[in-house]
Amino acid sequence: MARGRSAKAMAAEAPAKPRVAVAHALKDTGVVALIAAGLFLPLVAFRTEQNIRNELTLETRWPLFFAIVAIVAAGRLAHTLVLAPWLEARRRRPRPAAEGLSRWGAAAARWLGPMAIGFAASYPALVLALGGSGGAVKWIDNFGIQILIYVMLGLGLNIVVGLAGLLDLGYVAFYAVGAYSYALLAKTLGLSFWILLPLAGILAAFWGVLLGFPVLRLRGDYLAIVTLAFGEIIRLILINWVPVTNGYAGISGIPRPTFFGLPFNASDAGFAATFGLEFSPLHRAIFLYYVILGLALLTAFVTARLRHLPVGRAWEALREDEIACRALGINTTNTKLTAFAMGAMFGGFGGAFFAARQGFISPESFTFTESAMILAIVVLGGMGSQIGVAVAAVAMIGGTEIMRELDFLKRIFGAGFDPTQYRMLLFGFAMVLLMIWKPRGLIATRAPSAFLKPRRNISGALAREGRG
Amino acid sequence: MSDAADDAVLRVEHLTMRFGGLVAVDDLSFTARNGDITALIGPNGAGKTTVFNCITGFYKPTEGRIALRHGDPRVWTALAALTDSGRRSLVRSDGALFLLERMPDYLVTQKAKVARTFQNIRLFSGMTVLENLLVAQHNALMVASGFTLFGVLGLASYAQSERRAIERAAYWLDLIGLTDRADDPAGALPYGAQRRLEIARAMCTEPVLLCLDEPAAGLNPRESAELNALLLSIRDRHKTSILLIEHDMSVVMEISDHVVVLDYGIKISDGPPRQVRDDPRVIAAYLGVADEEVARAEAEVGL
Repeated sequence: MARGRSAKAMAAEAPAKPRVAVAHALKDTGVVALIAAGLFLPLVAFRTEQNIRNELTLETRWPLFFAIVAIVAAGRLAHTLVLAPWLEARRRRPRPAAEGLSRWGAAAARWLGPMAIGFAASYPALVLALGGSGGAVKWIDNFGIQILIYVMLGLGLNIVVGLAGLLDLGYVAFYAVGAYSYALLAKTLGLSFWILLPLAGILAAFWGVLLGFPVLRLRGDYLAIVTLAFGEIIRLILINWVPVTNGYAGISGIPRPTFFGLPFNASDAGFAATFGLEFSPLHRAIFLYYVILGLALLTAFVTARLRHLPVGRAWEALREDEIACRALGINTTNTKLTAFAMGAMFGGFGGAFFAARQGFISPESFTFTESAMILAIVVLGGMGSQIGVAVAAVAMIGGTEIMRELDFLKRIFGAGFDPTQYRMLLFGFAMVLLMIWKPRGLIATRAPSAFLKPRRNISGALAREGRG
Repeated sequence: MSDAADDAVLRVEHLTMRFGGLVAVDDLSFTARNGDITALIGPNGAGKTTVFNCITGFYKPTEGRIALRHGDPRVWTALAALTDSGRRSLVRSDGALFLLERMPDYLVTQKAKVARTFQNIRLFSGMTVLENLLVAQHNALMVASGFTLFGVLGLASYAQSERRAIERAAYWLDLIGLTDRADDPAGALPYGAQRRLEIARAMCTEPVLLCLDEPAAGLNPRESAELNALLLSIRDRHKTSILLIEHDMSVVMEISDHVVVLDYGIKISDGPPRQVRDDPRVIAAYLGVADEEVARAEAEVGL
């Protein structure tokens, strides 16, 4: 009975509640508006200008000042009256059962992959159909190939950071090793792309093991610093070892990949002439697109396979608890080295492809910013999640590229506004918001590598980031 | 060596471990017999976990020998020769000897088949319960996957060994009553279940000697009784010798066959539980000296 009474009492109280809330919100808004006025009065309302006689004059900008204060007040009012109650209600609402969540997650995981692969495979055709052959090179080369290179690099780094939990800030070093290996060997020995591609991967893996040895005992921050230094060392060697790498000037005239021996040029022996087509740069772009798509899929496939093998499970166990790994008889030295080697190898493949596609490489392309970008893709995608990494690469690389097309902002801010200058600012802002919204990355679930019962995803909330 | 020690699975001889000026373990010798539950007890800071870390290779002892036997007890006769040879282990057709103080930690588990659990549970909490048990079978699966090569190619032989590994995991899950939670993250299990899982995970490495560091810590009386039953079944059905550190005297007195008591790194008592319980030195170390004795001593010095 007590329950019934209290419910009735609450029902009686309820009508009074909104009035109190509105009064409270108005008071709160007043306080906030006052604070905003106090802050913006010196900052916005007054402005010093130099007149023609070089004297300082005080100008007032009251309309702008009141507009800003009004916006702040309105925002606060909307927050306390609408947004806060809504968030509160959402928080109180019972969460959907874990079963339901994981079923959705499993369904998404099952269909997202094949759909993404299907889309990626038909992307050049889509671009051609929608945009015609004029703009297609840009959309295939700048967007498609660029994104897929980063998907591949992200998947490679994902092995080291996402699975094995070893924070590597110098991943770009392996990308550079792959690129320079291809460039130098192709120019001096004249070997073909398809022979040099695995060779570049092996060389990068070798450097991965070489980096692995000194950092075996390091963990967390210390490991991050040493890998960062390693990335810089490689870059500085590329700059200063001029007789071999040609220093800042870089290496140009790198042989481009051919279609089974048919070069993509306008000559009679070229691809276009052989197949009776009109020569177009589009042919090479589409060919390179499918090469990198194949490489990215290979990386994804091999990584997925490795995750279900003892070595992949050992990587994840290493991320979770290194001491427990050793107590179970796992050779953590070998496990770490294989993680470094595998990650580096895919970085090397990516580098070789990059050199072949550009035809020109220089140390400029292998700065720390690249490492940070790849790491951001892995973290944003959700540590260890392959689909997450692919989605994050599309968002990050595609996002920054698409922000070059922000001309519509000129209509809002006037013709003097250059939107490309705000590209990185907007991008950084979006990243901060995304990390607040999804702190564990876009795909926060983890697909277990073995099941006793029907397969489903588990929450990634308990997985560790790794301290090694 | 006396003949009584010949049934030993583990011999710790003159073990000393110093950390700088601190002597954590001082000239400790004891043996654990094959098929026994041997308990290592003592007040806080007595050096029990240090002894464990020396046995399982996590610490290199300052001095002393730690020898483990597989198979026929007669291999013990080769101990002196093995020690002098400077090698880590000796494998004969009838058995094998391992000098654990010469082996790195992972080889102690991999080759000498000593498994351990930790005082503060160390599960792979983001991985599922089943995956935890599969990681424990890493070395066997690694060989089956042709050191990853056959596995990547997707050969059927690997799939078969993985199925066997899952069957073994399922067996242990059944034994510790966690079959229903096999596909949940290990970190989501309640505390008592995590303790049991850690023991099952250690058992999945197929150990000859299982070292448990305070397995009953934080368990309620019912869970503690279940743990006793589990340990007895490991000893009797799986023929695995157990060495355990424990504070919970009910566990120690009920299930152990042999008790070694440490205090300040020195062995103060060694024998069957009943004998150890009545040993005045053990009582003094655990409970301090009786009040009347303190009073008498104070009276003597005139307080």
